[in-house]
Amino acid sequence: MDNLKEIVARCEELAFDLSFTRAREWKSQGKDRVVVGHMPIYFPREIIHAANGLAVGILGGGDKKLIIKGDAYYQSYICHMPRSIIELALDRHFEDFDGFIFPSICDVIRNLSGMFQILGQGKFVKYLDFPQNFKSHVGGTFYRYELQTVLDEIFKLNGVAVTAERLNHSIGLFNLNRSLITQIYDLRQQFPWRMTAADLYHVVRAGYVIPVEEHNEILSSVLQLLSKENGAPMDKIRVLVMGAFCEQPPAGLIRTIELAGCYIVEDDFLLGARWIQGDVDTSTDDPLNAITEAYLVKSTFSSSVYDVGNPKEARLLKLIHERKVDGVIFAAPSFCDPALLDHPILQKECNDKQIRFISFLYSENTGQFKVIKEQVGTFSDSIKLWD
Amino acid sequence: MSKEVSKERSMIIQKEMITGLFKELSTAKETGKKVVYTFVPGNISELILSFGMLPVYPEINALQSGMRKKSSDYIREAEQHGHSEDVCTYVKCDVGMMLNGNIGPTGEKIPSPDLLLLSYTGCFTFLKWFETLERLYPGVPVALLHTPYQEAHKITPEMTAYMVKQLKEEVIPKMEQVSGNKYDEEKLKSILRNSSKVEESIIRIFDTTKHRPSPIDAYFAGVYYIGPINSGFRGTPEAVDYYSELYKEILERIDKKLGPITPEGEMEEERFRLVVEGPPNWTHFREFWKLFYDMGAVIVASSYTKVGGVYDMGFRVNPDKPLESLAEYCMNCYTNLNLQQRTELLSKCITDYHADGFLVNSIKSCNSFSAGQLMIMQQLERKLEIPTGFIESDLVDPRYFSYSNIKNRLESFFQMLEQRRMILTRQ
Ligand code: SF4
Ligand code: SF4
Repeated sequence: MDNLKEIVARCEELAFDLSFTRAREWKSQGKDRVVVGHMPIYFPREIIHAANGLAVGILGGGDKKLIIKGDAYYQSYICHMPRSIIELALDRHFEDFDGFIFPSICDVIRNLSGMFQILGQGKFVKYLDFPQNFKSHVGGTFYRYELQTVLDEIFKLNGVAVTAERLNHSIGLFNLNRSLITQIYDLRQQFPWRMTAADLYHVVRAGYVIPVEEHNEILSSVLQLLSKENGAPMDKIRVLVMGAFCEQPPAGLIRTIELAGCYIVEDDFLLGARWIQGDVDTSTDDPLNAITEAYLVKSTFSSSVYDVGNPKEARLLKLIHERKVDGVIFAAPSFCDPALLDHPILQKECNDKQIRFISFLYSENTGQFKVIKEQVGTFSDSIKLWD
Repeated sequence: MSKEVSKERSMIIQKEMITGLFKELSTAKETGKKVVYTFVPGNISELILSFGMLPVYPEINALQSGMRKKSSDYIREAEQHGHSEDVCTYVKCDVGMMLNGNIGPTGEKIPSPDLLLLSYTGCFTFLKWFETLERLYPGVPVALLHTPYQEAHKITPEMTAYMVKQLKEEVIPKMEQVSGNKYDEEKLKSILRNSSKVEESIIRIFDTTKHRPSPIDAYFAGVYYIGPINSGFRGTPEAVDYYSELYKEILERIDKKLGPITPEGEMEEERFRLVVEGPPNWTHFREFWKLFYDMGAVIVASSYTKVGGVYDMGFRVNPDKPLESLAEYCMNCYTNLNLQQRTELLSKCITDYHADGFLVNSIKSCNSFSAGQLMIMQQLERKLEIPTGFIESDLVDPRYFSYSNIKNRLESFFQMLEQRRMILTRQ
């Protein structure tokens, strides 16, 4: 594939393939292969890879899945994503999945893990309790134990022993994956007209459902293509979108923001793919420890992590400056406690530092963007006019 | 129904305890007593007490504001400060109260915290809440105690070890630093000895609903009964007295075959026995309760009374293993149980206390309780073939309490119970 348009089209198809065709195909090609679904935000997929597995990101049905049964499982004041995940489960979209990981990010995801247990989905369901203590021998020891529990579950299924060599190899592949994504983000923030944010979104999201080796090839091609000039800059403001780390905004919403006069130069849409900042050590005899340490000291900031001693507003400011952002768009899913409870803190900082922002709510199946388009358009115009 | 409500001795003791605590809090800055803000689920009040510090529970303040009809203004104020309409109203109520001078339920000012003890058990919003408080009280140290979730239906040794290490390396050093006192394990053990007596009494008290008529209401009155253990008294001699007195009074009621006491006196006829899941509404607490007792419905068990600790599945503190006990206590709180455990516990309550129906009061604010409740309902309906009912309200936001809606739903639910009873009698 040497054409950006083609690559993006293929990625879009992969990213929203709710039948998870590529993962099924991959699994059918080997007897001891396992497919493990994981919810947002972050999960160290390396460990599944090393156990001869494919970790598949489950990000809800978006605007592609009609909710019929899911609403009977959730009250109206709970975000949308879990009801579409339940709908997918009941409609057997996850039939070939061997297990599911629910990273600890909020009570809705936590309780969804219990619902999967009750529904008997997969051969194992693991709620992965990320530590909030960041000392190696306290939170680190516990996190390592949590990861080992996942590996033990997979070992029961396929008998594949995860050696240091295997795990180091897997870590290397995911290091490359993150590095390529980072390079694309860096390049795109310099030349945002070369690729739309929605296209980038599709390219990154495709990596949630295909083997990392294949995704790395795609990313390398994209990076090469982006290095060449393509298109021309337009008079748009540069924005950072924040709050969309779990339930994903519909692609139409991402497009709307850019069509309304913005370049999205930073976002937290698929934060899990960029969670670890930098490389995980691949040269140790104890790679599980390397993954653990990376979580403790190299994690990005997020609504799901308590930020004692490392205030998130300072980290947001740093990002704003690095990405030369003109304004911030706080876009969060309706009823998302983690994202919405952060907003007053982050918005106060923006106010204090005279950084312009707007905020709105969405849900993964929002279909009408007229109001948002007007709001973003006015925001962009006001910044262009006054700054 | 008799209209005379005479105060029982236990009620007087409880009132004195709570008033005394708030009085002590109001003079804490003068007396030099240090103040720790913390949460009800997983509240390690014994440890706080062992350092001679005073606990404050923002949730209790929020619920009290709800009962005193102040929450609406507080919530609006928080929303004006950028808080979303969609999030937990306890947080907003608390923020609003602080912005308005932090006046507590007794009209006295609640002192600012010297330590924020983020012992978060069973609810992620606690994390966000304290991130907000940390900014309202800059410079106040935060001690974080992460309670692992019982995702695999059990507490593993690794989970306990993780918590004990956090207690030793994070919580205790910060408490030592703030209080100026050294950790005294013997003192903690002796406090825990009282806790274990309290636990026994609590079990016995809530088990009296086995009787017909039930001598107590385990939800509406139950929330008063758990007041002392959830507001810092677990482990105190006052709590031991209070609960033994309360138990004695309940035994007398059983002897006399009396039903529960309601705000309008004794409930005379017990028509329906219910198990309720979910917190109550505080802004219209009396009206809400009245909808039940007017229909002769008594709550024989509720999950909400287990939010500050679940004792009916066998957990007891072991004073000889103080830190392990505190850890296990935290991990055993109701919302830290996984969905299947919650279903099993409710199922046990329905069976043990011979309930006629199961009711969910789904709280808009509270994902910790609410997400998954509909599935719990389905499971119980299927397993026990018991009629289930569903109502929605909020803890402290009066905008989400619709009296007529709740009344209509409850009436249909009671009708369903009545019909079922007739069918069962005929059979
Ligand atoms: S969108 Fe927010 S509330 Fe919903 S599951 Fe994700 S983090 Fe939780
Ligand atoms: S979400 Fe529920 S448990 Fe958590 S703070 Fe709010 S009311 Fe309490």
